[in-house]
Amino acid sequence: MAGEKKIETTGLIGWIDARFPLTYLWKAHASEYYAPKNFNVWYIFGSLALLVLVIQIVTGIFLVMHYKPDAAKAFQSVEYIMREVPGGWIIRYMHSTGASMFFVVVYLHMLRGLFYGSYRKPRELVWIFGVAIFLCLMAEAFFGYLLPWGQMSYWGAQVIVNLFSAIPFIGPDLAIWIRGDYIVSDATLNRFFAFHVIAIPLVLIALVVLHIMALHEVGSNNPDGIEIKAKKDANGIPLDGVPFHPYYTVHDIFGASVFFIVFAAIVFFAPEMGGYFLEYNNFLPADPLKTPPHIAPVWYFTPFYSMLRAITDDFTWVLAGLAVLAALAFLVRSNLRGIWRVGVPVIFVVLAVLLRTIDAKFWGVVTMGGAVIILFFLPWLDRSPVRSIRYRPGWHKVLYAIFIVNFLMLGFLGTQAPNNVYNLMSQVGTLIYLGFFLLMPFWSTWGTFKPVPERVTYKAH
Amino acid sequence: MKKLLGALALIIGMVTALPAGAAGGTYPLERAPDRLNDLAALQNGAKLFVNYCLNCHSASSVRYSDLRQIGLTDAQILNNLVFAGNSVHDMMVVAMNPVDAKTWFGTAPPDLSVMARAKSTNAGPSGTDYIYTYLRSFYRDYTKLTGWDNLVFPNVGMPHVMWREQGPRRLTKVEVRPVEGATDGSWERVTTEYDEFGYSTTKVEPTAAPIGHHASVEYKFTPLNPEAAKAFDNQIADLAAFMEWMAEPMKLERQRIGVWVILYLAIFMVIAWRLNAVYWKDVK
Repeated sequence: MAGEKKIETTGLIGWIDARFPLTYLWKAHASEYYAPKNFNVWYIFGSLALLVLVIQIVTGIFLVMHYKPDAAKAFQSVEYIMREVPGGWIIRYMHSTGASMFFVVVYLHMLRGLFYGSYRKPRELVWIFGVAIFLCLMAEAFFGYLLPWGQMSYWGAQVIVNLFSAIPFIGPDLAIWIRGDYIVSDATLNRFFAFHVIAIPLVLIALVVLHIMALHEVGSNNPDGIEIKAKKDANGIPLDGVPFHPYYTVHDIFGASVFFIVFAAIVFFAPEMGGYFLEYNNFLPADPLKTPPHIAPVWYFTPFYSMLRAITDDFTWVLAGLAVLAALAFLVRSNLRGIWRVGVPVIFVVLAVLLRTIDAKFWGVVTMGGAVIILFFLPWLDRSPVRSIRYRPGWHKVLYAIFIVNFLMLGFLGTQAPNNVYNLMSQVGTLIYLGFFLLMPFWSTWGTFKPVPERVTYKAH
Repeated sequence: MKKLLGALALIIGMVTALPAGAAGGTYPLERAPDRLNDLAALQNGAKLFVNYCLNCHSASSVRYSDLRQIGLTDAQILNNLVFAGNSVHDMMVVAMNPVDAKTWFGTAPPDLSVMARAKSTNAGPSGTDYIYTYLRSFYRDYTKLTGWDNLVFPNVGMPHVMWREQGPRRLTKVEVRPVEGATDGSWERVTTEYDEFGYSTTKVEPTAAPIGHHASVEYKFTPLNPEAAKAFDNQIADLAAFMEWMAEPMKLERQRIGVWVILYLAIFMVIAWRLNAVYWKDVK
C-alpha cells in the first residue's frame, strides 16, 4: 500500500509523489544529476538537438494542418501555407531551417563524442542509441523531403528508392514495394507522409528517451575523458560534479539564446541559405517526364552520396585488392584462434570475389549504408588507453583533422556534378573515411599517450 | 605537420578552383536592378505581367487581391488588371488548355508563381537576374518555329512577346574555336550576323590560337531603335521586380520582422549570459 512508501514532500507535490515518482524523477534527472563541471562549448549540442526536435515537432504539427499529401495538390498547398495561412511562412521556414540545423547540431554532437571518447565503456549504449537516432533522422529527412513535391523532392526520392533495386535478386521488387508504384507517385507521397509524420517521429522520440536514460544511468563523460564518480565526497557526491539543474540549465538557456540568433538570422534573412537549405530546383513542381540535369541531395546527405557515387566498376578492383590484402594480413599476422584463423581470411577472399561479380551499384549502396552502420561499432573499434583526444599523441589529432576535412570534402563533392577529377577525389575520400574507422583498432593504440589527470581540468569563470 | 597542412590546403584549393573553370559556356546573367522596395515599379510590373504574361502563363498560387500588398485598391485591381469578369479574390489562372499549349509551343507554359525563386543558382545569380536577362535576350531567327530564339534559353518555345516594345535588333555572334577535324592546330573566328528579320550570314576566317587555347563565344546586340530598347530594359526591370515580389510576397516583411526578432534575442542572450555567470561564480 501507499502507506509503506516514505514521502518527504507535502501538499500537492506530496499527493502526486504518493502516486507518481515526480520528485524522484526531478532529482534523478535534474537537481541531483551530477554532471562534470568542466563541460566546454562542445557540450551544448546535445540540448540544442533536443531543442530542434521540439521546434520540428511543433512546427510540423501546424504544417500538417494545412498541407495536402496529394500529388495533385501538395506543391500548391506549400505555397498556400507560404502566402495565405497567417504566419504560415514563418512556420514553414522554421521547419525547413530546422531540418538543416538538426543535422548541423547532430554532426557537431557526434564529433564531440568522437573527440572525447564519449562512446567508450560504459557508454556504449548511449552511443548506439545515438547512432540509431542519427539513422532515424536521416530517414525522417528523406521522407519529409518528398512532401513539398518539387522537382528535387521527386527526383531525389526516385534516385534513392532506385538504389534498393541494386540489391541482388529481390531488389527490383523491393523498390516497387517501397514506392507502391512503378515510379514515384501519389502512392509514394502518401506513404512517405505517413512515415514522416507518424512512424519515424514515434521511433525517434522513443530513442531520444532511451539515449537520455542510458546517459543518466552511467553519467556524462567530459573533455578530460575521466570518471568523476571515481572521486566522491563524504556524501557520495562527485567532487568534480555539479547538479544539472541549475548549473547546466542556465548554461543551456544561454546556449539556446545564441543558437536562436543564428536560427532567426537564417529564417528571416536567408531561408534558402543560398540554395542549400531550400534547393532552388524544388520551386518547380515535380514532373515525372522531365529529369533535372543535375540531381543533388540536400547538403546533409552529400558526404554519404559521394561515397555512393565513388564506387564505380573500376573502383571495385581497388576494393577487391584491399580485401585480398586484408585476407593475407590476417593469414600471416593474426592471433585469432580455431576456426577464425582460417575463417576470417576466407571471408575476405569471398568478399573480394563478390566485389567483382555483383554490380558496382550494389557495392555503392553497401558502402553508403556501411559508412553509417560502421558508427555503431565505434566503441569496440577504438582501443586507445585514454578516452579524450587531449591525452592522445599529437598525430592522432592530425588524423582527426584529416577525417573532418575529408568529410567536408566528400560533402562538397556530393553537391557537384561528377567529373573525372571529382570522382577520383571522392574515391580517395571514401577510402580515407572507411580507413579511419576500419584501421582504428590498430592506429588508436599506437603512439605515446600523455598522462591522464586525477581530477578534471577546470578554471573557475 | 607543415607538409600535411600544405597538402590539405592544396586539396581545398583544388576543390574550390575547379568549378570556376568548369563553368562558362552559358550566357552570362546581368544583375537586375533592385526594385523590390519600389511600389510604382511593382505596380507597373503587375500591369506588364497581367497584360503580357498572364495570357499563356498562370500564377496560380497568387490571388488578384494579393496585389493590395503592392499598394493597389480593389477597385484599381478590378478595373485595370482583372479581365474576363473574374472576382478580385480569384487566383491568377489562365484559360489556355495545357494540351493545346503543348501543340502550339512544344511545351505547356509553366506556372510563374515562384519562377523567380526556381531560376536562382546556388550561391550565384538570383532568379530575378535570370528573368531580367532572359526577357532581354531574344533574337530573330528565321529558322525557328516561332521565328525567335533566346541566348539564355536556347530553343525556347516562347516567342518574344514584347518585341514591339523593344524594337528591332541585330545580333552578332563571334565564336573563336579550333577548326573541326584539323590536325595542325589551326583556329578560326566564326562571325554570325542575325539581321532584324532573322536571316543569318556567317563569315569564317582563320585566326591565331588565343592564349591558353580557350574557345570563346561573344554576343553583341545592336538595337535599331536604341531609345525603345533602353525604355524596354526599364520595363523589364519592373516586370522582373514584380515577379520577385510575386515569388515571395512576404520577403520584405520577414526581413523587417527579422531585425526585431534578432534584437529581442540579443537582449535575451545578454540576460541569459549574466544569469549563467551568477550561478557559476560559486563553482570553483
